[in-house]
Amino acid sequence: MADNRSGAAHEVAHQEHGHPGARTYIMVALVLTIITAAEVAVAYVPSLRPVLAYILITLSAAKFALVVMYYMHLKFDSRIFSGVFLAPFSLALLVVVALVILFKLIPFV
Amino acid sequence: MATAEATIQSGTTAGSKTGLWSWITTVDHKRIGIMYAVTALVWFLVGGLEALLIRIQLAKPENDFLSADVYNQIFTMHGTTMIFLVGMPIAVALFNYIVPLQIGARDVAFPRLNALSYWIYLFGGIFMNVSFLLGAAPNMGWFGYTPLTTEMYSPGLNADFWSVGLQILGIASIMGGVNFITTIINLRAPGMTLMRMPLFTWMALVQSFLVITALPVFAVALFFLSFDRFYGTTFYNTMAGGDPFLWQHLFWIFGHPEVYILILPAFGIISDVLPSFTRKPLFGYNMVVYSGVLIGFIGWGVWAHHMFATGMGPIADSFFSIATLIIAIPTGVKIFNWLATMWGGTIRFNTPMLFCIALVAMFTIGGISGVHHGSPPADLHQTDTYYVVAHFHYVLFGGLIMGLFAGFYYWFPKVTGRMLDEKLGKWNFWLFVIGSNMTFFPMHFAGLLGMPRRIFTYAEELNLATINQIITVGGFLTGVGVLVFAWNVIRSLKKGEIAGNNPWGSHTLEWATTSPPPEYNFAELPEIRTREPLWDGISSVDVTGPPKAPIHMPSPSFWPILTAASINLALILMMTEKWWPPVLGVALVLLCVINWAYEPASEH
Amino acid sequence: MNHAAAASSDHHYTATGLNTFKLGFWTLIGSESLFFASLISTYMVYKGESVRGPFPSDVFNIPLTSFSTFVLLMSSLMMVLALAAVQRGDRKGSLLWLFMTALFGSIFLGCQAYEFTHFYHAGLTLGTNVFGSSFFILTGFHGAHVLMGVIWLLILWVQALRGQLGAKDALTVEVAGLYWHFVDIVWIAIFTLIYLLD
Repeated sequence: MADNRSGAAHEVAHQEHGHPGARTYIMVALVLTIITAAEVAVAYVPSLRPVLAYILITLSAAKFALVVMYYMHLKFDSRIFSGVFLAPFSLALLVVVALVILFKLIPFV
Repeated sequence: MATAEATIQSGTTAGSKTGLWSWITTVDHKRIGIMYAVTALVWFLVGGLEALLIRIQLAKPENDFLSADVYNQIFTMHGTTMIFLVGMPIAVALFNYIVPLQIGARDVAFPRLNALSYWIYLFGGIFMNVSFLLGAAPNMGWFGYTPLTTEMYSPGLNADFWSVGLQILGIASIMGGVNFITTIINLRAPGMTLMRMPLFTWMALVQSFLVITALPVFAVALFFLSFDRFYGTTFYNTMAGGDPFLWQHLFWIFGHPEVYILILPAFGIISDVLPSFTRKPLFGYNMVVYSGVLIGFIGWGVWAHHMFATGMGPIADSFFSIATLIIAIPTGVKIFNWLATMWGGTIRFNTPMLFCIALVAMFTIGGISGVHHGSPPADLHQTDTYYVVAHFHYVLFGGLIMGLFAGFYYWFPKVTGRMLDEKLGKWNFWLFVIGSNMTFFPMHFAGLLGMPRRIFTYAEELNLATINQIITVGGFLTGVGVLVFAWNVIRSLKKGEIAGNNPWGSHTLEWATTSPPPEYNFAELPEIRTREPLWDGISSVDVTGPPKAPIHMPSPSFWPILTAASINLALILMMTEKWWPPVLGVALVLLCVINWAYEPASEH
Repeated sequence: MNHAAAASSDHHYTATGLNTFKLGFWTLIGSESLFFASLISTYMVYKGESVRGPFPSDVFNIPLTSFSTFVLLMSSLMMVLALAAVQRGDRKGSLLWLFMTALFGSIFLGCQAYEFTHFYHAGLTLGTNVFGSSFFILTGFHGAHVLMGVIWLLILWVQALRGQLGAKDALTVEVAGLYWHFVDIVWIAIFTLIYLLD
């Protein structure tokens, strides 16, 4: 941690992390499109209604993960970036889940 | 693209820039820290004056010193001022001045953003208090419960000032939080690993995480309130399906982490001051760090204990009650760490140390009454009585204010180069300890005897007069303590004993440089190898003196103050109840930000 | 949008070796997630609480929103391609992909403007019911973020047009990209939780 990296050295280190190339990006976009299509499709299938919420949340979580890991490079970047994002993000999830439970589930138990 | 930077060549003396313009355009973390401190102390006097007005009114039964409406405005502004204009900004003042010095940085990560935070805070504070001139200060309590704050029940400007003013202040806090997190993670000197950081810096880091996570929730709650009032949305309008509980939940999701936002800096201060005055390292450094982080996280899961009286039902009550009782554990861990640090130390009872001892004692009392509220059956009886008022004044005055004053006495020599007077300091201390305990301890009894909070007067038959008179006398004693402090500061600025670099024989890095430090803080820094660098070989000789190589410092800029003014304007324009004025305001903000980003650079 | 800060910290020593501007921006994104989480949870808390219509099922146009969702997802692809072009110092590529990202963002905004007008004519305003309030404020704040992103991208595009956006500015573009993708993931959540789930 103490090494005093010069700009050039930093640049090299950056290259070594290796952001993915255009090929990967397009593949990810393709998967994102397919998942979105699947989401819309399942929303129209009446027999899936009881489990619709679970399917949709899983699918959108997958999309979310793809964008964050590949397009925002968290898969390849320093863990510190993931940390400063995921710590607040986990609290954001907590807020959504807690409020839905408090307003929508507990009053009907 | 090069940066706006001024270069300090070896031999030039820093701090030669003076005059009003240099303060308006400054991006130096030390100057901004001083401006934060002075501004917050002015608000502290205002908030204190409001407290004394409350105490005069309550000194005898059926008093008519203040009307009910004025009383409502005074207690609302007392709470709002003390939390948003004093508690948070004074901590930020100390972060600003001390944290870069403690980690061996030349400035914060984003110096201009830092200046922006300050100006937003200054203008926001002024805006909120302008309401007094219009006779329309906020008057619905510092947590602004809906539907009381909706247009129907608060048709005046009072709640407008409150919702817009706090929105403004929140923006300043969030930007400050981002700045400090980045600074602490990224600008540490070589060898200053996370687990070698001084505790004050650690608590600044945890506190900043709480700020950037809790404040956005409050911003949303406030936007809902403002939009309900100005643009006819129905978030808190029960007739359209709105639910007042939404406000309570959003408010306390912010409001409970806020409690830790206020207290963690004080925990940081005491954890740095105690080792200096006991001549031994902090007992259980790791435990103090981890318990601080744990408090930060658990502090996010206890908010609804403010709402036990709303009838959430047994499941929610049990969950939040258990979480609340659990958070007492890491807090207790800290108390024992501090006690163990003092145990067997060579204690010097200077003023900063005295304030720390008061913090440990009084925060423990406040913590224990907090555990009482954590139990729903007990809380049902205590809600909205003076018992609650006693509790949070013990943690906030006994914890936060005692801690901050320890910090003032401790760091004043670093900031000004002169010591605060010890004799006046001890007067200040004893007036605070006796005054505040006389004020807040009897409040427990007043509360248990059934005196509700936020009531402008009480009937003689309730037999509350004696208790209230004692409380009022205590309040005025505390007020005298504040005056002694003010006199001490004014006097010591001119006549105080010259401090030298490290008057207390402390262990952390800020004491290695000169008092006050040069603009660039350290001429150069050797690698940090321990938690107590000044006790382990690093001395002033290593870090002061003329810099050997040119040092690049950020140039002053007037964009922060202009951007701050336009952000304030954009939000205040919501009060026109039309959509286009704030949109124009946002456009102005955007214009400022673009100019800021492309500010002409000086090559180096 | 602090380009200067980005440039300055690039060649300065940092404790982690990470760029300060990028680190600060990730922190800000963390903070913003709480902002949108509060807006989204409000919408979900108020689902089915409106006392009078129009209700979501009366006005939502899933095919249109699916299209705009797709457009925003693709704009994220354009954005990473723009970043790659800037990193290579490919001026033509930078110009093309930056413009395409901004264009796709604008199409998304167009769809949103159409949707808002349509809802308005169907009788749904800010004050009609809690659905109207929570829907317009949530998607309105998101749309404002997209608009800011489009402006940011256009500024970068003008910079590229003047030949002032080289490989040395890759970090600025990367951070603009982080912002853009964040706005995209917020929409991923909104599309699922607000439009598809009922």
